[in-house]
Amino acid sequence: MAKKLMKGSEAIGEAAVRANCKLFFGYPITPQNEIPEYMSHRLPQVGGTFVQAESEVAASNMIYGAAGTGERVFTSSSSPGISLMAEGISYLAGSELPVVLVNIMRAGPGLGGILPSQADYFQATKGGGHGDYRLLVLAPWSVQEAADLVQDAFDLADFYRNPVMILGDGLIGQMMEPVEFKENRVPCKPLKPKDWAATGCKGDRPTNIINSLFLDPQVLEYHNQKLKAKYDTMSRDEVRFTEYGTGDDYDLLIVAYGTVARVCSTAIEDLREDGIKAAMVRPISLFPFPYEAVRRAAKKAKAVLVVELSCGQMIEDVQLALEGSRPVHFYGRQGGMLASPEEVAQKAKEVLAGTSQEVRHA
Amino acid sequence: MPETVFSRPEALQQVTTHYCPGCTHGVIHRLVGEVVDELGLRERTVGIAPVGCSVLAYNYFATDFHEASHGRAPAVATGVKRARPDLIVFAYQGDGDLASIGMAEIMHCANRGEKVTVVFVNNAIYGMTGGQMAPTTMPGQIATTCPLGRDVSLAGWPIRMAELISTLRTPAFVARASVHAPLYTVNAKAMLKRAFQYQVEGTCFSIVEILSTCPTNWGLPPAEATAWLEDNMLPYYPLGVFKTPGGEDRAPLPLGGRIGASHAK
Ligand SMILES: Cc1ncc(C[n+]2csc(CCOP(=O)(O)OP(=O)(O)O)c2C)c(N)n1
Repeated sequence: MAKKLMKGSEAIGEAAVRANCKLFFGYPITPQNEIPEYMSHRLPQVGGTFVQAESEVAASNMIYGAAGTGERVFTSSSSPGISLMAEGISYLAGSELPVVLVNIMRAGPGLGGILPSQADYFQATKGGGHGDYRLLVLAPWSVQEAADLVQDAFDLADFYRNPVMILGDGLIGQMMEPVEFKENRVPCKPLKPKDWAATGCKGDRPTNIINSLFLDPQVLEYHNQKLKAKYDTMSRDEVRFTEYGTGDDYDLLIVAYGTVARVCSTAIEDLREDGIKAAMVRPISLFPFPYEAVRRAAKKAKAVLVVELSCGQMIEDVQLALEGSRPVHFYGRQGGMLASPEEVAQKAKEVLAGTSQEVRHA
Repeated sequence: MPETVFSRPEALQQVTTHYCPGCTHGVIHRLVGEVVDELGLRERTVGIAPVGCSVLAYNYFATDFHEASHGRAPAVATGVKRARPDLIVFAYQGDGDLASIGMAEIMHCANRGEKVTVVFVNNAIYGMTGGQMAPTTMPGQIATTCPLGRDVSLAGWPIRMAELISTLRTPAFVARASVHAPLYTVNAKAMLKRAFQYQVEGTCFSIVEILSTCPTNWGLPPAEATAWLEDNMLPYYPLGVFKTPGGEDRAPLPLGGRIGASHAK
């Protein structure tokens, strides 16, 4: 298929349809309304179903029910809505249901604002809901990548029987870029029949039960350990990242994800013109985080600069990766304010000149 | 040749339940099981269990099941039914689950006219968590979080869900029944059968509220609990059909007077 100019939100919706997802349940919230709006007219064209739920609480439980039948299903929301889904997401993980969740992050806390933010990194990668569980979290930096990751997300969700979250920001949702959907796309994971689904119990097969309740602590511990083993497999097999300029020499390593990483790539080019050598590792999977890639790339650098649209959340994973081997600095904007290439370049210069304060934990 | 005249419905598992003596969850499970059998639906039925005493319903029914989070069974049922309209979907919920934390989900499920069936067990208390006040707890009724009895000036009056749902314009089948005595139980089964039939025909949303006893948390022996239900709940929670998809008038249950517990005393 030829390239088509598409808004990020539409590309996300179309990608879900291309991934043979025929079900969407969601509740309006800015800045992702274009996703449910797109699905509401697109799904009926392909024999699918769109339901505007009464709340994100309900939406998260509707996708739970739909996923339990083995059908592909997705929802999208933005930060406060994802908070309301937290219990539902925990149940989805506990019951091992494959769903795709899109969080187009807005600034918080509370009602916050409607402009782009990356302040839900902790919520997405470290929990958000209760109990020991993990989501597979993928962060696109372009509209094309959003479309590709959404399609992969459905395969990954089915393969691992686990919710997968696409973590974007308002920029990804709103910007228009050329997108190409490949015909005859091959799933990124082998897909097995969903013989666990609750679809009516024929003959004498034992009943299929979608459940996360295990009252016997020993049985629940086995369940927890089984889930942990799954998350360990994801950590081994699903790490995704790209590197920018790491083939050359550099003094500074930048770590950034999502649209902010694009700003940083411009900053790196500008710095090179000024004779300052910087490179970047861009995590695409936030869980699993590319610890090894960051550790390896940092070896060539004197210092590491983390750039985020938050007060500093991913920086904790970078620090875990570096184990104190390099000084770590931070540049962040909050509240919906964006970081400019000039600001990032300025901060990079300060880091290398020794006038920036390293981030340390007391 | 011995002949089997009474057996467990195929839609129920061959297991004993964990329900307390005198609790009517077991009776209601059986009625649902019989209806599912009689309509020949077992192999295409998916149940949704609530959070509450009937949380383990998935172990008692021989149908596929989902365990829902507290109050959200109607949303889960919506997801299942929209994904697979060919399935018969029923949610089984208690009064804390449906009328308190899950108020939004039940009202909107009914209002969208989802073609699902809700079995709503109203025992006027939170059973599973140890007898706290429910939105359906009777005025003056003692519960662990209203030790002096429900004070309607602070906690409001018990919510009559069947009446509330029947105010919605969307076509639905809404009925209230009771299982505290055999005649009522026969009627309750008839209501459940109509509710499932409407779903089979794809007609409308259906809900049957069923009054239930909770001797353990009411602090009464089973026979007295039955009498308490008849004396206190029946006058406040009238039985009958509140709404039909055709829009006919409400039909009160054609049973008058005290025919249940008072005779059992
Ligand atoms: C989100 C959430 N809040 C609270 C609870 C605790 N909880 C479990 S069951 C229950 C009440 C159930 O009462 P009801 O729905 O009346 O059913 P019954 O046990 O009486 O059959 C509560 C409050 C929970 N499991 N989840």
